[in-house]
Amino acid sequence: MILTLEPRAEPSPVMALVTPIIAVGLTLIAGGALLAGMGRAPGEALWVYFVSPFMDSYSRSELLVKAIPLGLIGAGLAVCFRANVWNIGAAGQYTMGAIFGGAIALNAPDATGPLWLVAYLAAGVLGGMVWAAIPALLRTRFNANEILVCLMLAYVAGLLLDWLVRGPWKDPLGFGFPQSRDFGEAFLMPVILAGTRLHAGLWMVIAIALALAVMMGRTMKGFEIRVTGAAPRAGAFAGFSQAGVIWFVLLLSGGLAGLAGALEVSATIQQLQPDISAGYGFTAIIVAFVGRLNPAGALIGAVVLAVTYIGGDNAQILLKLPKNVTGIFQGMLLFFLLACDTLIRYRIRPGSSREQEV
Amino acid sequence: MGEQTPLLEARGITKRFGEFAANENISLAIRPGERHALLGENGAGKSTLVKMIYGVLQPTAGSLCWRGEKVRIPNPAAARAMGIGMVFQHFSVFDALTVAENIALALPGEKMRGLPDRISRVSETYGLAIEPGRAVHTLSAGEKQRVEIIRCLLQRPKLLIMDEPTSVLTPQETGILFETLMRLSHDGCAILYISHKLDEIRQICESASVLRQGRTVGQCDPRTTPTAEIAAKMVGHEVTGVRRAASNETAGPVRLSIAGLSLPARSQFETSLKSISLDVRGGELLGIAGVAGEGQSELMEALIGERLAARPEIIEIDSRPAGRLSPTGRRMAGAAFVPEDRSGHAAVTEMSLPQNILLSHHRAAGLSRMSWIDFRATREWAKRVRERFDVRAGKDDPKAGSLSGGNLQKFVVGREILREPGILVVSQPTWGVDTGAAAVIRQALMDLSRSGSAVLVISQDLEELFAIADRIAVIHHGRLSPARPVEDLDAEAVGLLMGGAHPGNTTEDAA
Repeated sequence: MILTLEPRAEPSPVMALVTPIIAVGLTLIAGGALLAGMGRAPGEALWVYFVSPFMDSYSRSELLVKAIPLGLIGAGLAVCFRANVWNIGAAGQYTMGAIFGGAIALNAPDATGPLWLVAYLAAGVLGGMVWAAIPALLRTRFNANEILVCLMLAYVAGLLLDWLVRGPWKDPLGFGFPQSRDFGEAFLMPVILAGTRLHAGLWMVIAIALALAVMMGRTMKGFEIRVTGAAPRAGAFAGFSQAGVIWFVLLLSGGLAGLAGALEVSATIQQLQPDISAGYGFTAIIVAFVGRLNPAGALIGAVVLAVTYIGGDNAQILLKLPKNVTGIFQGMLLFFLLACDTLIRYRIRPGSSREQEV
Repeated sequence: MGEQTPLLEARGITKRFGEFAANENISLAIRPGERHALLGENGAGKSTLVKMIYGVLQPTAGSLCWRGEKVRIPNPAAARAMGIGMVFQHFSVFDALTVAENIALALPGEKMRGLPDRISRVSETYGLAIEPGRAVHTLSAGEKQRVEIIRCLLQRPKLLIMDEPTSVLTPQETGILFETLMRLSHDGCAILYISHKLDEIRQICESASVLRQGRTVGQCDPRTTPTAEIAAKMVGHEVTGVRRAASNETAGPVRLSIAGLSLPARSQFETSLKSISLDVRGGELLGIAGVAGEGQSELMEALIGERLAARPEIIEIDSRPAGRLSPTGRRMAGAAFVPEDRSGHAAVTEMSLPQNILLSHHRAAGLSRMSWIDFRATREWAKRVRERFDVRAGKDDPKAGSLSGGNLQKFVVGREILREPGILVVSQPTWGVDTGAAAVIRQALMDLSRSGSAVLVISQDLEELFAIADRIAVIHHGRLSPARPVEDLDAEAVGLLMGGAHPGNTTEDAA
């Protein structure tokens, strides 16, 4: 049977909400086929991946722990992508947040009092902003492509961290491992559920994502961002500065990625190591798209992607599946989602198109 | 000529896009060498019909016959092989290449060697002056069109389709084009001439088919049928002209003043502005004429404030220096703007109408407070514009992009007029709008000026400017001629200026 894509008169709002669900369904089917190909029982493997993370209370709390950085970065990226600015280097801004925060924490090992934690997190935000300011400057000054600059800077940040924990910040008592000393008590995020690692960052991510959703929907700032992203000339006609929007969304998304980096290190690792990111900066791109580029939707997207992290860990332990399978699931989800988004603007009609293009 | 076999015959052609029938049971026949006009308003289905003849689209029903035989034209290459050539309204030439290179690209299997000679021969035969070696970006719009025509002629077409060919031409260039078409027709090449300009059609066509809402509503000989009768067929009712108020004898003070505005071109495809000066008084409607691409869009950007002038006092709004103000600052000072391109410049197509109100009114009409958007007031504004200017849409809360071109144009013009600005600058106010809507827009512009506002209209439509303007200036190569009262001007004088003649100044410097 031949199918034809037919443009809709207007984008379908229903489809915009339904396509993430279709994409998750397709990911499960294709993932099942992949697992079967690897010689596993697809039913069992999918159950480990996608259901086991919800089965006990500790896993559920870990789900939220992973969702916190994903949600923070994803909400910032949702705003950024709306402006048609493609910050795909949140991983680097996340790392710089951890480094800037670490600079404070490692230099004040005996600090006490809550203000130190505030200063630590603020330094994290600043670190992310500084790293995002580079692509903003290069884009607005020299029209350099922000996608490439952001991406390449992510590797620079990773190597900088690597050098720090093997060099100047190396723990003298660390048996030669590439890691810093442990952070002092004052720099640890307060736990909000005893017996778990779930920390107060949860309230922060919810408050920030909702505030950004309000900004995008109800204020001139959000309108400015959406207009500039959708039609830059109309933005100029309205009197909005395109350069101003580029700076704003890059600093915002960079600052939130930096905050996520500082939070994550403080709450779960409590020291600097070469591998602190777990790929959150890149996974958050999928979070933003699953959340329909709406900052509040990014909260849901963050939980969906957190499931693949926990499920991936479980599968590694229970099924001896390689960790890379998690990355494959995440990648499939993004591909299916972007493909399904075609249905927002087009409908499928059986029959062939009789038009021939010039 | 008698009853010979038609060169091309369309029988009961129907074309549907989804539910919408763009063409419904259209029939027409063209004899060899005949100059046949296809008349109709924008959206009447003219382009759809010729796209089927040229193989770009396939009919849903009905058939095409070529020299008496039923044919299927699967694509433009097939159409060209049969002997059908088409010159589109928008040129498909590469600016960076020469004339000969452009033509070689379009002709499969054509060798560059010998081509310049063949081009020169064709250009001589048909009076299409062009140098094969020139780079296309140095050509005027009229010359680019000649490139397209020569490209078609080299394939010795039996039928040449011209889609709105004069919209980018000066009256003088139009005259040259018509001579060429006449000569072609005498040599046996049929012409299918698409236009909505009646006086042109009377000049060169010997038969005409009138389309309205996708149907053939009449066939006539345009040389003998009265204009009013053809116009009534096109529109479907009697055409009402604009009530022209007596020109304001005592025009008010200068409200918009431009003094020595110069802007460099940012790329080779832009036109630099060269010391443009102009005063528009309250109560006055001033028109700027010119063919496309002579600096109109650059002037518009400078007036809106998308590009700033060198010094504040170069542009004054009600005697306040505004040359360095942002668009919002200029609106707060009482100015309003309607740029030419409604999709993506004057409006965001994927946004709703209230959101598009916000675009130019967020500060100027107080629709936001402390950055919070007043949604209720914004919706009400959109509703008022829709009612006052009869903006029709399929549903209650449409996206701007789902409106027809004419309705969106009424919306973006109405949005600014309803604010009753002291100064209104509008470019191509009735571009692609049907006659009825155009009359509404022109009347509203006229009324606004008579209420004491200064109205500046940039338009390529000379008829429009003569109908509504009190004074007309002409823009050419980024220079503006002095504005003169319409009473002292006629189409020919303006046409000469559009072609670059300088009044009282014979030393023309190279631009």
